[in-house]
Amino acid sequence: MPALPLDEAGKYVAAAYLVFLALVLLYVAIMAARLARVDRDLEELANLAEERADG
Amino acid sequence: MRLLSPRNLAVATVFVLVAGFALVFFYAPNDADQGFMQKIFYLHVPLAVCALVGFMVAAVHAIRFLRSGDPVHDARAYVSIHMSVIFGVAVLITGSIWAKAAWGKWWVWDEPTLVSFLIVFLLYATYYPLRFAIEDRDQQARYASVFAITAGAFVPLNFMAVRMAESLVHPRTFATAEGGMPGKMWLAFLVSLAGMALLWVTLVRFELVAKSSRARISRLRRALDPESSGGRASRIAPSVAGEAGTG
Repeated sequence: MPALPLDEAGKYVAAAYLVFLALVLLYVAIMAARLARVDRDLEELANLAEERADG
Repeated sequence: MRLLSPRNLAVATVFVLVAGFALVFFYAPNDADQGFMQKIFYLHVPLAVCALVGFMVAAVHAIRFLRSGDPVHDARAYVSIHMSVIFGVAVLITGSIWAKAAWGKWWVWDEPTLVSFLIVFLLYATYYPLRFAIEDRDQQARYASVFAITAGAFVPLNFMAVRMAESLVHPRTFATAEGGMPGKMWLAFLVSLAGMALLWVTLVRFELVAKSSRARISRLRRALDPESSGGRASRIAPSVAGEAGTG
């Protein structure tokens, strides 16, 4: 006989897989924030380069 | 190599992980002893395998750094450890959930498998303070490499010691007197393991590309505006940068 009935085991299995999904999503969110920062920095550098070219 | 570009790796990861989880829930039978709860095994064990192998990969990169002095290998060692520590967090959380379901407790202190993994995890958690306590970048990379090699050698030794120790409650799935898992479970496990390994490789590649981009931006900023501080550069050796994400 299984140690736990399906309905009770199900919540633990769901919790484990949801933790995994949450960690992956958290990582994606962190990477998105980093990408936004890189984008801002690149824009700043592009402006700087244009100023240099004009000046 | 184009085949191993971050985009291709990400697509392969999603495909293999989804296939693996589909096999877990729709193909692999429920375990006769643990029932449906054993499905956590297909998540928890691949995470643990990838984390431990990742620590050993970091040791290999650290050896290559000490032999060549090329900062690219130091960056790879750093990112490998970083990603394996994150996987380690997932191993500890999913393991605790499984323990609660199977044994009624979130943690069992007299179980060698659990405690030994926690020791390895805490050992690698000390990598960050050790590394970033050193200001000189070259010295930082050398000391961190020595740590990565020493700790990396500890991982297989620790694994073997645990396998030889008498388990009190933690299952020994791969080598039991009853013959281990049936074929359908093995297939689901191996596909899940492949998916998790691809996820590890993909995230390492993304981290390296991100660090490389930040370092290139810093170089560009210094070239355009030599009086600036160079912005937020990567905390690992700056010269890493250019090549770290391309190898």
